[in-house]
Amino acid sequence: MSAVLEIEGLRKTYRSRKRGVRHALDGFDMRVEAGQVHGFLGPNGSGKTTTLRTLLGLIRPNGGRMAILGQELPQALPAVAGQVGAIVESPQFFPHFSARDTLGLLAQAGELPRQRVDEVLELVGLRDRAGERVKTYSLGMKQRLAVASALLKNPKLLILDEPANGLDPGGIREMRGLMRDLATAGMTVVLSSHILGEIQLICDSVTIISLGRRVAFGPVDEVLAAHSQGAVRVRLEAVTDLPQAAETLTRAGIRVTAEPDHLMLAGVDKPAAVSRVLAEQGLYVSELTPVAVDLESVFLELTATAPVPGQHRQVDQSMKVGEPGSGATTGGWGA
Amino acid sequence: MSLYVTELRRLGKRRLTRLLLVLLLLGLATVATAFSFSSHQLSKEVVAAAQVESDAQYQRAVEDWKKTVADCDAAKARGDQNTEDRYGPNCGRDWQPQPEMFDPKWNLPYQFDFRAEFPTFIAVFAGAVALFAFIVGASYVGAEWSTGGMMNLLLWRPKRLAVLGTKLAALLTTVLGVSLVLGAFWTFAFWLIGRYRGTTAKVTAGVWRSIGLDGLRAVGLILLVGAVAFALASLGRHTAMALGAAVAVFAISEIGIRIAVNVLSVPFGDRYVLSTYAQSWFMKQVELFDYDTCQFAKGACEPAKLVVTWQQSALVLGVGAAAVLIGAFWSMRRRDIS
Ligand SMILES: Nc1ncnc2c1ncn2[C@@H]1O[C@H](COP(=O)(O)OP(=O)(O)OP(=O)(O)O)[C@@H](O)[C@H]1O
Ligand SMILES: [Mg+2]
Repeated sequence: MSAVLEIEGLRKTYRSRKRGVRHALDGFDMRVEAGQVHGFLGPNGSGKTTTLRTLLGLIRPNGGRMAILGQELPQALPAVAGQVGAIVESPQFFPHFSARDTLGLLAQAGELPRQRVDEVLELVGLRDRAGERVKTYSLGMKQRLAVASALLKNPKLLILDEPANGLDPGGIREMRGLMRDLATAGMTVVLSSHILGEIQLICDSVTIISLGRRVAFGPVDEVLAAHSQGAVRVRLEAVTDLPQAAETLTRAGIRVTAEPDHLMLAGVDKPAAVSRVLAEQGLYVSELTPVAVDLESVFLELTATAPVPGQHRQVDQSMKVGEPGSGATTGGWGA
Repeated sequence: MSLYVTELRRLGKRRLTRLLLVLLLLGLATVATAFSFSSHQLSKEVVAAAQVESDAQYQRAVEDWKKTVADCDAAKARGDQNTEDRYGPNCGRDWQPQPEMFDPKWNLPYQFDFRAEFPTFIAVFAGAVALFAFIVGASYVGAEWSTGGMMNLLLWRPKRLAVLGTKLAALLTTVLGVSLVLGAFWTFAFWLIGRYRGTTAKVTAGVWRSIGLDGLRAVGLILLVGAVAFALASLGRHTAMALGAAVAVFAISEIGIRIAVNVLSVPFGDRYVLSTYAQSWFMKQVELFDYDTCQFAKGACEPAKLVVTWQQSALVLGVGAAAVLIGAFWSMRRRDIS
């Protein structure tokens, strides 16, 4: 398999006189194989949009290497631009033009046949409203227009930054189908989204970013498998004993998430050890089940952004890999 | 090429462009129409009527004078002593009205003289179209920046300088086209006013050539204003930046510098004011005088003079515009787009 998108050691630093430097991208790596639907995940402010903007030549990186379709960027950008369709975070359009005019102007600038405009309008479900001014569109309709503008070129690589933002459930499902079809037809799709259930359903592989660095990557099932080991659900005979059990297990070096009627444990090698530790304290287990985790819990785990009761997590409070001890938690899930 | 055509289309599709074009047309048409009513051709009848009227005025004045003299004589005969005070010496006999005091010219209506007055109307035209160029130029690229259209376009055409340059070219072509077409109509309209409601006397080939040169300079200024507005809005990435900069430059140059040079009594202070150069660009030259060099107590005096030529204007305005344009392109090349 050949890589359609390669990023190595990408760095982007924002400097401001007041707030000093911010490393939005801090040696970020990413690789997307041809024909895949690739999920690009990360907490707010982790650098997803910055990565995509840099890739598309809108932002100048401070270092690192990027290539699309085997061509080095940003030098080869004019050459590959025709094969890359993209929407970047809540795209906007000139409000007084209709969708058809907007796409028509883009198609003309890109020397595409006019009928392609109607094709994509049909594809995103805007056919009957295409003559109306964009100003009068709803959020989801604007988003559909954005997707249409990205599809217009019939690109080899489609980059979508939060395309589901504002779409209705039907629209999301349609988008899912559309992306599958496109991938089947040989298009490579990079999809940034916070709707992890969606990602899990449509993506072949993912890259997870936190604070400008990659924390995990690979095929979805591998990422899940690699990080679901040791996830265990524990119920006790008496719910009132849960706090004590949580404390005991934490002391034993197990990561514990308290739920109302059970505990979720992570990093458990041998479930038997759990029941032994608890039994020593006179706490008796009524259920001890290894759980197959979903992408959401893996994401929360890897980025260390799971909500903690009584705390308000601030943005930028997430997993920092590569600098031991400086992370929000001391987990070691970096890939 | 396709991008250039696209940008021409985009500019033409904009509501603001169309609206301003209509307003510009209406404004120019109103000025020309209103002006055509204020001018009256001096036909033989009109000239004759004026002659008749001034003859009548003369007659009336002579009668008044005769009556006054008669009144004065009568008063004298009654033994009135102070007729000198009321009627002047000799009962005002020496003040008989003369025919040349009633020039028929004063009774003629205003007549537009194409040769002498059209250059002023070229300046009026240039002002109106330059305003159009400024607003259209600034909002065209300003709206592209602030609505994200520029970003969308760059995803299709990642060559930033080429994109900005093409947009500028599209703007200047449009403004040039509008100036030339409207300018032709404007000239024709005033020629018609001159022909049918004024005079087109002595309009020789030389006069036409000079009008043509005035027109070219006007078009040059219009394009310059459009390009500067475009560059300012692109630098600030917002239409309002261009308007703000224009207001600021106006305030600093026309008010701030004026006051400063007055307070400091800098000789020829007006040469630091931008409008002097715009003026001399049109008038071919502007003369500035320094009256401080005169000591009127010693009698009449020729104040020191400084001439600002249109070539100097071209240099000042050109360098200023080039600086803003270079800044805009440089920032387009360097700055992140987000
Ligand atoms: N123009 C800028 N100036 C300064 N800092 C910036 C700028 N743009 C982005 N950043 C910072 O870079 C970091 C990454 O931002 P980015 O937009 O890439 O996040 P994201 O992963 O897309 O987040 P979200 O999920 O909220 O869209 C953030 O900390 C952000 O504050
Ligand atoms: Mg984002």
